[in-house]
Amino acid sequence: MLDWLYAIWPGLQTSVDLLSLQPPGWGGNLLRGAVASLQIALGAFAVGLVIGTFGALGKLHGGPVMRDLLAVYTVVVRAVPELILILILYYAGTDLLNQALRAMGQRPVEISGVVAGIAVLGIVQGAYATEVLRGAIQSVPRGQHEAARAFGMGPVQTFRRVTFPAMLPLALPGLSNLWLIATKDTALLAIVGFAELTLETRQAAGSTRAYFTFFLAAGALYLVMTLVSGRIFGWIEARYRRGQAAQ
Amino acid sequence: MTRWLNRAAQEVLVPHRLIMIAVAIGIIVWAGMSMRWHWIPRYGDLAVQGIWRTLWLLALSCVIGFAMAVPLGLAQAAGPRVLAIPARAFCTVIRGTPLLLQLWLIYFGLGSLFPQFPWIRESELWPYLRQAWPYALLALSLSFAGYEGEVMRGAFKSVPGGQLEAARAMGMGRFAIFRRIWFPQALQSALPTLGGETVLQLKATPLVATITVIDIYAVASRVRQDTFIIYEPLLLLALIYMVIAGLIALGFKLLEQRYNRGMVG
Repeated sequence: MLDWLYAIWPGLQTSVDLLSLQPPGWGGNLLRGAVASLQIALGAFAVGLVIGTFGALGKLHGGPVMRDLLAVYTVVVRAVPELILILILYYAGTDLLNQALRAMGQRPVEISGVVAGIAVLGIVQGAYATEVLRGAIQSVPRGQHEAARAFGMGPVQTFRRVTFPAMLPLALPGLSNLWLIATKDTALLAIVGFAELTLETRQAAGSTRAYFTFFLAAGALYLVMTLVSGRIFGWIEARYRRGQAAQ
Repeated sequence: MTRWLNRAAQEVLVPHRLIMIAVAIGIIVWAGMSMRWHWIPRYGDLAVQGIWRTLWLLALSCVIGFAMAVPLGLAQAAGPRVLAIPARAFCTVIRGTPLLLQLWLIYFGLGSLFPQFPWIRESELWPYLRQAWPYALLALSLSFAGYEGEVMRGAFKSVPGGQLEAARAMGMGRFAIFRRIWFPQALQSALPTLGGETVLQLKATPLVATITVIDIYAVASRVRQDTFIIYEPLLLLALIYMVIAGLIALGFKLLEQRYNRGMVG
């Protein structure tokens, strides 16, 4: 079927063979890496959203000490390279956990790469999510909160029924940006030796010497992830903007 | 100046902040006393070289990247479709893939391709192409261009059309309009974003250590490998990056103030 293409482009046949899903080809490894990357990105994004929600509420309604501590957290995370945070949190996290286990008389454990990756990237995402959600919550008009309170809603109910749905369309562009950062930041875990897409690609490329084939294929996989998720976020945003005046 | 000092004093001299500052000083003193810092004199020279290399990689890649971002933004904001579509595709690809992957593609890919051509090996550029830093600089510049091309597209579009029409009515040529009216206003609206993006670029520079460029991150990794001391070099490294990030933020703040002179609001 593709014979004519192979005839005019001799290198294509080797590339296709190298990328085939069966064991002599490395396609399966790349796909497994992509799934691992997606898992970590999803987990980190979720952890980041939880931290971000509490962080934003703490920055807006917390006491002075809480606000200052959160300010230190967001400033530090946004000024220090992710790579260094990953190393510090990875070593420190493993150390602290094992010390705690030893104190409780348990044997030390090896933390799995997925869990460590999700935890570390989640803490990084949390700092950015705090800022995104704080801005979105702040731009919900005060009158809406006051009206909710006047109807007798408690703080939790006000957040669930009024603040959250009203701020979501404002937060979505920022959150979609954060999700893209999460997918791309998973590549940094390659440096601490976790077998996600970028590391699998480097191993495949290193052992076959077909650098362009594999790095371009991995780039295409990342691009598919980001473009598809961009579409999904656009769709969610359109859904939540229904009934709002066009901007 | 005194007013500024007064305001700063008012903000800091609150009981809970004083306690937090005391705690922070306590932690720093404890870290200085009881952590291991004896390796610093031995690696001092290397660290200074590393910081220098990080800084010039950052500065040069930002300048080259921005020089590419201006035409990329202009092509997307106002160019014909033949130019707008490739510019947009470039920005999408750069922004949609991890920088680490781009860096490795350029270093390992081009690095394995170039030696196959005898004329490249015999050219004057070959001594440079055998080193790692040109590839690092290329990857960082392309990445900055991709992100900033998008920023500049928005900035060029945000300049009101009436300004450009007025300039045309005054008889300015296209180049004069761009140089005197369009670019300065676009740059002004993009400056706050560019400041943030430059800090992001700083945070991207340690990746070059993975292709054997000895920046400050690579120096810290070497300390870790030589001495088996884990936390101290990493903490000092984090502090160095925070100081550089703070200086960048301050620099852009001053630049913005200078640029906003004579503006209303």
